[in-house]
Order: sequence, then C-alpha cells, then structure tokens
Amino acid sequence: MSKNVIYLDNNATTRVAEEVIAEMLPYLTTYYGNASSMHSFGGDLRHKIDQARQSVAQLLNCEPEEIVFTSGGTESDNTAIRGAAALHLDKRHIITSRVEHPAVRAACRELQREGYRLTELGVDSLGRLNLDELERSIGENTALVSIMHANNESGVIFPIERIARICHTRGVLFHTDAVQAAGKVPIDLSDVPIDMLSLSGHKLHAPKGIGALYIRRGTAVAPFLVGGHQEFGKRAGTENVPGIIGLGKACELAREHVQENSRRVKALRDKLEEGLLKDCLDARVNGDRQSRLPNTTNISFDYVEGEAILLLLDRLGICASSGSACTSGSLEPSHVLRAMGVPFTSVRGSIRFSLSRYNTEEEINTVIREMPGIIRRLRDISMFKPGKDATTTAPVERQPSFSKPRP
Amino acid sequence: MWEYSETVKEHFFNPRNVGEIEDPDGVGEVGSLACGDALKLMLKVDDQETITEVKFQTFGCGSAIAAASALTEMIKGKSIAQAEEITNKDIAEYLGGLPEQKMHCSVMGREALEAAIEHYRVGPTGSRTLEGKVVCTCFGVTEEEIRRVIRENNLKTVEQVTNYCKAGGGCGGCHSDIEELLAERTGETTEPEPPKATATSAPRKPLTNIQKIQLVQKTLDEQVRPALQADGGDLELIDVDGDRVIIAFRGMCAQCQVSEYTLAEVVQAKLRIFVSEDIIVEEQKT
Repeated sequence: MSKNVIYLDNNATTRVAEEVIAEMLPYLTTYYGNASSMHSFGGDLRHKIDQARQSVAQLLNCEPEEIVFTSGGTESDNTAIRGAAALHLDKRHIITSRVEHPAVRAACRELQREGYRLTELGVDSLGRLNLDELERSIGENTALVSIMHANNESGVIFPIERIARICHTRGVLFHTDAVQAAGKVPIDLSDVPIDMLSLSGHKLHAPKGIGALYIRRGTAVAPFLVGGHQEFGKRAGTENVPGIIGLGKACELAREHVQENSRRVKALRDKLEEGLLKDCLDARVNGDRQSRLPNTTNISFDYVEGEAILLLLDRLGICASSGSACTSGSLEPSHVLRAMGVPFTSVRGSIRFSLSRYNTEEEINTVIREMPGIIRRLRDISMFKPGKDATTTAPVERQPSFSKPRP
Repeated sequence: MWEYSETVKEHFFNPRNVGEIEDPDGVGEVGSLACGDALKLMLKVDDQETITEVKFQTFGCGSAIAAASALTEMIKGKSIAQAEEITNKDIAEYLGGLPEQKMHCSVMGREALEAAIEHYRVGPTGSRTLEGKVVCTCFGVTEEEIRRVIRENNLKTVEQVTNYCKAGGGCGGCHSDIEELLAERTGETTEPEPPKATATSAPRKPLTNIQKIQLVQKTLDEQVRPALQADGGDLELIDVDGDRVIIAFRGMCAQCQVSEYTLAEVVQAKLRIFVSEDIIVEEQKT
C-alpha cells in the first residue's frame, strides 16, 4: 500500500491526528494500569479518564457525567436503541428513517422481529425528511425516535433541533446517530433536547475502537454490556484507557477545527464538486446541497459503474467510495440512494468523496484533473451513452428478441 | 476491497477488443443498466465458421469488464463449434479465478457468447424462445439458467446460486424455489405443492365489461404494481377489449429486458387467476 495516497474517504475513517497519538502513547507503554485498581499506578488513570470525558462533553456542550465511553458508533447505537426499548416495555413502537446507518437500521429491525412496530420514514429526492410525517407517525405507543444527524453517504444534515423539539413536546425519547456530524458541525446539547447521541472516535481523528454515547441526565437506558461497575454502571468492561484519552484529545482538536471545517474544508469540497460537475458530462450531486456536511459530496456519473471508477482512482492513489452494489458484494445499490429515488442511470455510478482538514488544494486539483479521463474511458467501454439512454420513462426501442433476459 | 487476480486487473486496466463491429455476423446482448451490468458481444464469422473478429462493450464493475475482455481473447480465431464449448468456469479459470460474489460476471460472458452464436445462426429476424419459467423476477433468471449454473459449477447453496447468476439477490422471494432446484440436483426432489385455492380466486360467473375493467385494475393495483414499483418500475392499464388486456410498462420496466417475461409470467398469470382464465395480456406498442 502506497503512502502517497490522496485520502478522500473520511466518512469511512480518518487518519489519527499526531497530537492524539502523542497523547495516547504513554498509556500504551509506561502507564498500562487498570483504572479500577487500588494502587495508584492504575488508580491514577481515573483522573485522565475524567479529563477525556470533560473534553468530549465540551465538544457537545453537555455534562461529563452524561458521557459513556463505548467501543464505537455501532455499540453506541445498539445500546441507545436496545437499552431504551428494554426500559420502556409498555411502548412498542419505534420510528426511524430509511437512510440510517446499518447499526441503527439493524437494531431497529431486530426489535421489529421481536414484535415492535417499526416506522421507517422516507426521504425526498434530495434526501430530506418530511417532519409532518414524523409528527403524524408519533403515537401513544411510540417508545423511541432514532434519526441520524447527518447521512454518511449523501452528507445531508437532518434538522435535528426541530426533530428533537417535536419528540420532546410529544414526550418521546429521541436518539440521534451523530457519528458523521460530530466534529464536523457544531452540536450544542445544552440547547437541544436530544436524549441520546452516538459518536465514534475514528471518524474524528481518534483511533478505531473507541466511541461515546451521550445519555441525557435522567434518561433510563439499560446497559448493553454487563459485568462491571465501569462508566457509572452503564457500560461494563475495563476502560480502554489509551482509546479514551485519544478520543478526549480528538474532541479537543475537533472543537478547535470545527470552524476550519466549515470554511476551508467546505471550500475545497465545493471546488472539487464544481470542478467535477463542470468537467465530467452527465454528473449530478446526490443530496440537498443547502443542508450538507461541509466535507462530503456524493456525485453520480451516469452510465458508468462505481466500482470500476474506484479501481481506476485507486491506481492513482485516490481513495473514495461508492454506493454501487458491486463494491459491497450485494447486488442491490445503496439503500440511501434508493430511498432518495436516484434514477437507475445514476445510482450505479455514485462516488462519495469525503474530505478532512488534512486535505490540500493540490490534492483536489489532482482529482479534478484525473477524473474526466476515468469517466470518459469507462463510457468508451460502455454501450450506454449519455443522451442515448437519457430517459427513464419514455418508451425505448425494444431489445433485440435474441437477447437473453438476464441482468 | 476485492482480491482480484493479476489477470483480472490486467484485463480491466487494459481491456482487449473494446468497441463495435460495423456489420457483425452475430450479436449477443445481455444485462441492463437497471440490473447493474450489461455486455454486448459482436462477432465476425468467416465461411469456415471461424470467428475472425470480436468486439465488446460492457457497462459494469471491474470484473465484468475483465471477463468480457478475456472472453474475446478466448474465442478469437476459434471455430463456432469450439466457442460453443466454453463455459463460465473456463472464463473464470482464464482470469485466474474470480471472487465468489463476482462469478456472475463469468456467467454473463458465457450467456452473451451463446446469444451471439444463436444470432449468427438464426439471423437477426429469428427469435429465441426461452426455456423454463422465470424464477427470480427481480433479475429475470429462468429455471433453466439456474439449473445450468448449478450443474456446471456444482453449486450447493442458494447463496452460491445468487453469486453465479444473481437469482435470489433482490427481494429474496424465490429462495425456496432455488432450494428446490438445488434439491433436484441432489436427488431430494420435493413435490411441488399444489396451488392453493384462495377466497379471492377468480369468480367464474360472467362479468360485465365495467366489472371486468374494475377487476383488472384492482388486480394490477394489488397484485402486480407494488412489486414493480419496488424496483422503480410500473405499469399502466391502457385498455380492456374483451379478453385482451393492453398495458404499458413505465419507469424502469420500460427499459427492462425482462419485461416480456414480466408480461407473461406475472401480469397475465395474475389476471388469469383473479379475473378470467381467458385473459391475454398485450403490451401497447409505440
């Protein structure tokens, strides 16, 4: 694997910040104690954990006691959904969206199999929710609403403040998966009545294997892992001390850089997007450009297939990802793009570029320079060309009768 | 990331024989945009039945492009009879193997080759009848095709069948049918259950025209359109003329190569159950 990569896949994972590594290192080498020990070699680590908890709380503007460290976004999501359901057994209805991360989707669907009623709210062609539909869906029996803050694929930001207020007014618990939003856009929990919020370390330049779940004071959530008193009894297991310290540092850095994210990173993203739309014919942005993460763009290049694009990009050291089916081994394209009703001419050729503060203008220029050739090359191989098959509804000439009816 | 062999990468990065033949002797086209990959194979054949020129066009992932490129190299200079012997396994082997989930790319190659040879034989005016009923309506895969990939690749599980020919990779509604086809192979054929009579099955007393139109519309709305809409397609009832029902495909269905089979296997079959056994469904031609 080459070191000279242009890494534009930061919604998948991020580079660990050097400051984070420096902060963690002594706790992997010299201070390897267990924070629960009676001796000071281990016990003194409690103080470091508290400091890290403070940093996470500051990023979200909440109380440190409201932060529970977990192994990452998936555990946080699972804990929130299952933990809340377990303590509200009188209510058997859950509301979520059709575009959630699998960590939320699968947890909700598991509850559905156990007898819960599940409402999955749809989105429009720009990936936006209809809040009236949310209002209408909430009933006496609704235990929980779990809706993501920002979408990992399209980058679309949901109006989480308004959703939280709707849920609060109706007396329904509200969880948000903020794995993609945390560190990229400001979050102020002192102002917004969110009951639970998930975040993940490795999406904001901390290492993999550490995350946090915010649980508003007074919110009852059953622990997901039992067998220890750690994390106020809400998450058993010896603390991942280096990870926690790393996450604390990463949150501190995220707070410093959140403005930069919305200015410099956004400017780079916009430049990339405009460059690609201008130079690659028949390309379109998926998602609401008015309400999007500053680092994300999801572009469909019509009439080509995403995996093929990624392979050609990879040869140039450019890392991105695709909503195409072929990249995942599934035969169906991304559930997010399908929920948005992205036309079938576009859905297979969707590429997500997600930036971080480590990206440079030079890197963006390289991608803008290389991409048109890649798209042209694949369109030259393809029998489908822009214009020729541009319509999805008008009748098209019938396929020759000798062709076989297989995909 | 897929672990592609060096040969797959080589054929993807430097595909051979890309393009079109102006006046081909045989053309085989399989797949569609909607289904995620498609291959058009064009042959030039001389008087001795030797394939003198091959070109292809592919829409699809890396391995689909590589499989098509490899296939053209394999059949160039071969006789039609030799080309006919090529199986999807041969294509995969030529490529130094394919990831299991990508085996359908090799099957697509073999199918395009067969279609091209058939076209060469019967000419552009001949038509091809398809053996067997469509099992997987999401990807339009017939019973015969599933039997064939099972036989030629010695498949044992539904997942493998999906990997090799996509059948069962959409809604999953046909998994039990695929299991039956797998069981056939191992000799544990299960007796197909007789169709159950339901309360909603066709009323056999004569219908007035209005009643018939309403019943046709109701059947289409309840029994057919939801499944099509789930895949981004739709259909519209254009006219009912005696027992002739004329419909038009919309959305993805309008472009889908399997729509002919949807017409016969799904639309007509449902209307015969719910409306009348004499129904004939036709697509409105434009």
